[in-house]
Amino acid sequence: MKAIVTVIGEDQVGIIAEVTTTLAKQQVNVLDISQTIMQQFFTMMMLVDVSNAVISFENVQKELKAIGEKMNVSIQIQHEEIYHAMHRL
Amino acid sequence: MIDPKSIFETIQMIEKEKLDIRTITMGISLLDCISSTQEETRTKVYNKIVDSAKDLVETARQIEIAYGVPIINTRISVTPVAMLVQNGTVADAVEMAKTLDRAAVAVGVNFIGGFSALVQKGFTRGDRNLIAAIPEALDVTERVCSSVNVGDTRSGINMDAVKWMGEIIQETAKRTADRDGIGCAKLVVFANAVEDNPFMAGAFHGVGEAERVIHVGISGPGVIKCALEKVKGEPMDEVAQTIKKMAFKITRAGQLVANEAARRLDVPFGIIDLSLAPTPAVGDSVARILEEIGLEMVGTHGTTMALAMLNDAVKKGGIMASSHVGGLSGAFIPVSEDEGMIAAVRAGAINIEKLEAMTCVCSVGLDMIAVPGDTPATTLAAMIADEAAIGVINHKTTAVRVIPVFGRQVGDEVHFGGLLGSAPVMKVNKFSSADLINRGGRMPAPVHSFKN
Repeated sequence: MKAIVTVIGEDQVGIIAEVTTTLAKQQVNVLDISQTIMQQFFTMMMLVDVSNAVISFENVQKELKAIGEKMNVSIQIQHEEIYHAMHRL
Repeated sequence: MIDPKSIFETIQMIEKEKLDIRTITMGISLLDCISSTQEETRTKVYNKIVDSAKDLVETARQIEIAYGVPIINTRISVTPVAMLVQNGTVADAVEMAKTLDRAAVAVGVNFIGGFSALVQKGFTRGDRNLIAAIPEALDVTERVCSSVNVGDTRSGINMDAVKWMGEIIQETAKRTADRDGIGCAKLVVFANAVEDNPFMAGAFHGVGEAERVIHVGISGPGVIKCALEKVKGEPMDEVAQTIKKMAFKITRAGQLVANEAARRLDVPFGIIDLSLAPTPAVGDSVARILEEIGLEMVGTHGTTMALAMLNDAVKKGGIMASSHVGGLSGAFIPVSEDEGMIAAVRAGAINIEKLEAMTCVCSVGLDMIAVPGDTPATTLAAMIADEAAIGVINHKTTAVRVIPVFGRQVGDEVHFGGLLGSAPVMKVNKFSSADLINRGGRMPAPVHSFKN
């Protein structure tokens, strides 16, 4: 199953490192990554594969939220389908 | 990967603009529970509801986690209870309400709808039992919602039922007067009620529906409002187009959630209800959309047109995004549940007469309006009659959910709490409608209902 991780907030050293380390620990594979500035926000997006994750999706979400709180950015992980549904015919 | 702009937009819609799924409602048929004794019927009803919906709340939570879209409510609608109490008494109907309440608590849903009767053409014994039980049932239960259909386009209006419902609303308000008449917030009087409405308080599971079914009610007034902020001063075509696009996206999210809920619960998908449902939270208001279109305050001249356009554009965008659209599917304009509406009442910009006009072009009707506690039952009935007439003649659903608040006068604030919000008591026309209401009988069906 593929999901999208988004990180929105102020740019700072080590965001990508923190997020990818956590994902790697849980066997979540990063398939694609992009970052940009949108409406003055640093925005990073990753397409990840959670099929082989060693913990539940809910717990991956919790771990990422915790990093977000630590670094004062908003981190979300959502099934890819929600974006397909809303933005593709 | 999907375009980052699209991803960013979705995240903004959820985090800043309050995009959510308002309700996943499971419709459950209780027809097979009808037994020779009321006690046996109640046991079967409880067991069937708990068995059918035991995984509903947890499934909704799991879907919320997976897609990141908040799901605010999970609810149940059941077969109109009047059909279950045909061989019982008024006391049995009250007991049945308590049974429904217990079942709702057991599965963790916040409301259960279907304490209902369909009496557009006349009353059966069960209908009489149920209606007479409403005041006590809504007093002694917490999660049970009640509705009564008093008219439809094919049958006309049952004026005896209209009169009786005026009295029932008053009595319900009296019984729950210590809680500002909260019982009336759980009671809707309909014309042209729909069988697949997922929204409370008017949800019930019609007899034309399947054994079990999943309906989803979308929301998202904040998303539409924010989108319109980007087209300030543009012609009306542009406004309609913007609303359509946003309604499409919101509905697609709803359809995804509905499909997933149906799959996980192994219950067929029913419909998506395209209603824009406000909450009392700032940024979640239908009134503020209308103001964004160009009204200084909702209720002023031009409000009806803006609402008509909004309602139509939401449907046009939503219908293409969903495989089955149903329920009420129109903008809701409750007063106490919409922060912008409350502000308009306080400012004197809107009154009951204007709200009535607005109900001609949207769903649903005079909704969540607090009126003085000394409003005569015949006046309450006459409000119902007016709304029913609008529905019956215009082939649309209309409803009345008014709350007489004892000991309060026009302008006093009433707090219902939670999603039900708060509202100032509104002014009611003081001239009597008693002679009209006391006639009773039936208003014949309109000529354009004879299509065969």
